[in-house]
Amino acid sequence: METTAYRYRLTFCKEESVRFTSHLDLHRAWERTFRRAGLPLAYRQGFNPRPRINIGSALPLGYTSKAELLDFWLEEELDTKTIARALTRAQAPGLPVREVRRIETRQPALQAQINSASYLVRLDDPPPGLLIQTTVDGLMNAASLPRERRGKSYDLRPLIETLLVKREGDAVQLEMTLSAREAATGRPGEVLRAMDLDPACAHIQRTKLIITQLEEN
Amino acid sequence: MNTDEVERLLGRILPTVQKPGRYTGGELNQIVKEWSTIPTRMALAFPDIYDLGMSNLGLAILYDILNRQSDVLAERVYLPWSDMEAAMRQANLPLYSLESKHPISEFDILGVSLPYETLYTNTLNLLDLSGIPLRGEERTGGHPLVIAGGHAALNPEPMAAFIDAFVIGEGEEVILEIVRTFKDWKTRQEPRGTLLESLAQIWGVYVPSLYEAHYLEDGTLSHIETRSEKAPVPVLKRIVPKLPPPLTRFIVPFIDVTHNRVPIEIMRGCTRGCRFCQAGMITRPVRQRPVAEILDAVEKALAHTGFEEVGLLSLSSSDYGPILELVRGVNERFAGRHLNVSLPSLRIETFSAELMESLKESSRRSGFTLAPEAATERMREIINKPVSTEQLLDTAREIFSRGWHTIKLYFMIGHPSETLEDVRAIADLCKAVLKEGRRIIGKRAQVNAGVSTFVPKPHTSFQWVPVDATDQIQAKQELLKKELRGPGLKLNWNKPEETLLEAWLSRGDRRMGEVILRAWQHGAKFDAWQEHFRYDLWMRAFDDVGLNPDFYTLRERPIDETLPWDHIDAAVKKQFLTEDYLWSLNGRTRIDCRERCFACGILPKYADLRRAHPGETWECPEVRSPRHKSHAKDHLPTPA
Repeated sequence: METTAYRYRLTFCKEESVRFTSHLDLHRAWERTFRRAGLPLAYRQGFNPRPRINIGSALPLGYTSKAELLDFWLEEELDTKTIARALTRAQAPGLPVREVRRIETRQPALQAQINSASYLVRLDDPPPGLLIQTTVDGLMNAASLPRERRGKSYDLRPLIETLLVKREGDAVQLEMTLSAREAATGRPGEVLRAMDLDPACAHIQRTKLIITQLEEN
Repeated sequence: MNTDEVERLLGRILPTVQKPGRYTGGELNQIVKEWSTIPTRMALAFPDIYDLGMSNLGLAILYDILNRQSDVLAERVYLPWSDMEAAMRQANLPLYSLESKHPISEFDILGVSLPYETLYTNTLNLLDLSGIPLRGEERTGGHPLVIAGGHAALNPEPMAAFIDAFVIGEGEEVILEIVRTFKDWKTRQEPRGTLLESLAQIWGVYVPSLYEAHYLEDGTLSHIETRSEKAPVPVLKRIVPKLPPPLTRFIVPFIDVTHNRVPIEIMRGCTRGCRFCQAGMITRPVRQRPVAEILDAVEKALAHTGFEEVGLLSLSSSDYGPILELVRGVNERFAGRHLNVSLPSLRIETFSAELMESLKESSRRSGFTLAPEAATERMREIINKPVSTEQLLDTAREIFSRGWHTIKLYFMIGHPSETLEDVRAIADLCKAVLKEGRRIIGKRAQVNAGVSTFVPKPHTSFQWVPVDATDQIQAKQELLKKELRGPGLKLNWNKPEETLLEAWLSRGDRRMGEVILRAWQHGAKFDAWQEHFRYDLWMRAFDDVGLNPDFYTLRERPIDETLPWDHIDAAVKKQFLTEDYLWSLNGRTRIDCRERCFACGILPKYADLRRAHPGETWECPEVRSPRHKSHAKDHLPTPA
């Protein structure tokens, strides 16, 4: 049995300095942030009680983000401004707080609500803009893009919702929105590989996690 | 190489290596100062990977002390794991500091922590990856001053060629004296030799290049000659007379490291006098922190770090005087905070199980650990750890009936005069403990025996004793492997080769330095990691240098032999150790020296400090006799 708890949703950034912190380590970093902030986190009951924190959609190692989502449960109902201030004061370097919202406690799990994710990709050594546009067009016009991940084959094409080339002077960037549902997650690295680009020479930033609109209760 | 260049190369390399979070820095509570405006810059190194180094309390304390000075900055450096090392060497990326990404060779001082001897080859690797000449004599004014400290430095001789100055003893005060001396020297623009001579004047600092070792024909040490009148003999270890308040602003790693916890040292030193224990001898006198100070420190450290675990550390936690008051205080203050409190190093008393249980929220994941060290009462008398088998079984019963399923028992084989019967008794004792567990909680009961091999260490009562011969060790281990089989029993042991390495390094003289260098050149590193340790490389190194490894291990050293560490004074008199060794041969034990002073030498050597800090600061009895006064003045150099 879980006790009554109040559910909140935190939006935070993952900056350059922490881009090599794994999903699991990030989870612990937030647990510690809540402890430093002195917020009354609710704990899951059981043999080894864990704080009720839930980070949506794992960000691959090496990516930065402007918009990660984390659901947490408190034992007391607190004002979101108070929570945001406490978390900001206690935040770990590289993990700034953007927003805290109170959400309906009985909503589905955060991960189940996430539909797609947008990314901005900066290439170290980009091919000429025209060439890259042709490659993108080829990709988007393909009926299917069979790829393999961990020995399992899948089709990358339906996982790509949008893929745009953005030019600013000489700089060429890619903007993409990929499916981020459970068992249907598109990875920017895979898209780059499908374009014959080396993901190791790309700086990838998640810019948005897109949530399914819930009907109002 | 400038810091931008380092960052750029890192951006390329890090995505390709395991656990890149080891190499980025940027954690909560790290201190980054303005490089260009701070005159004295020190790199603090733990010569193993980040995961281990981040749990080293000594370096954390020095980092805090140094960074509190407005004119000093201290940054961290650890060794890269093999994959990262290969990538760095390929990209010509030198070793850099985590905070500001400056190459280590650009720091003024490199301070290396040497808590144990198997870090020696890593230390050479650290210098090499930094582009600093390995030998002190090859360094010029443009290179960092390389200093080292830690328990292994109590026999500095094997590393004498590679370290410019050793800190003997506790670093809290001396580190600032070293930094000041360095700063003065730098402004005066004098030759490096002047710096070394000034450092040698500081109480607790040993500058090996000011000493020369002479040997007899049989290979033993004849004497140590000083090359400068500024080189003291002996070099007395440094102590802080009263422990300063504990550190509370710990760096919080983003990645999982060996110990994810707030470490609070509750007491330094140990009064029990186990004859094999180096830490127990070299960390005397025993100093305790007040309960209130510890509780406040826990409170502050939790607020600063958010850690979910606290370790209340000492060599023997249940010997901490007000232990009940401390545990009660922890319970009252931190109940309901989902905090794990660990109290490692408990003695074999039923009281220990009670203590652990009273820390209500403390974790039971890892089982309960006890270290009887030997299994027969005869052996326990020899090593001076006199607990009875009945005591141990009582405690085991307490532990099992209070809800633990697993008991870990630590033993050592290879103690002086040990027979196969003494070893067989280890197996019998483990089985007896398991039997108690079975009776109380049934089949869930588990006994894990950790059996290491004894290495006679410098500055202990057993420093003259030979290491057990390899075939002896093997026979003893085979016996245990045969006996400790079956459900509920598990045995861990060390390879005899690992023991030999530890013995050579900890008992070595200056000539051992060449062996270490050759072994490293052949590829030895991470010797403390089983998967990396290569015995064959060490044998080749001994062969190259023309030294016989058995000389350092199999030989019983005569009482009157000049030992390689005799000019290093750990403050416990050689005469006391000799007497204690002879007592051991007669099966005579000593009681806890809080009960009665056995005149180990601490009090006369630090008589002035003791007088300045009377009462309960030290666990030694009060100094009353005025005759100590003049005597002590001769020994105690004035702090610079």
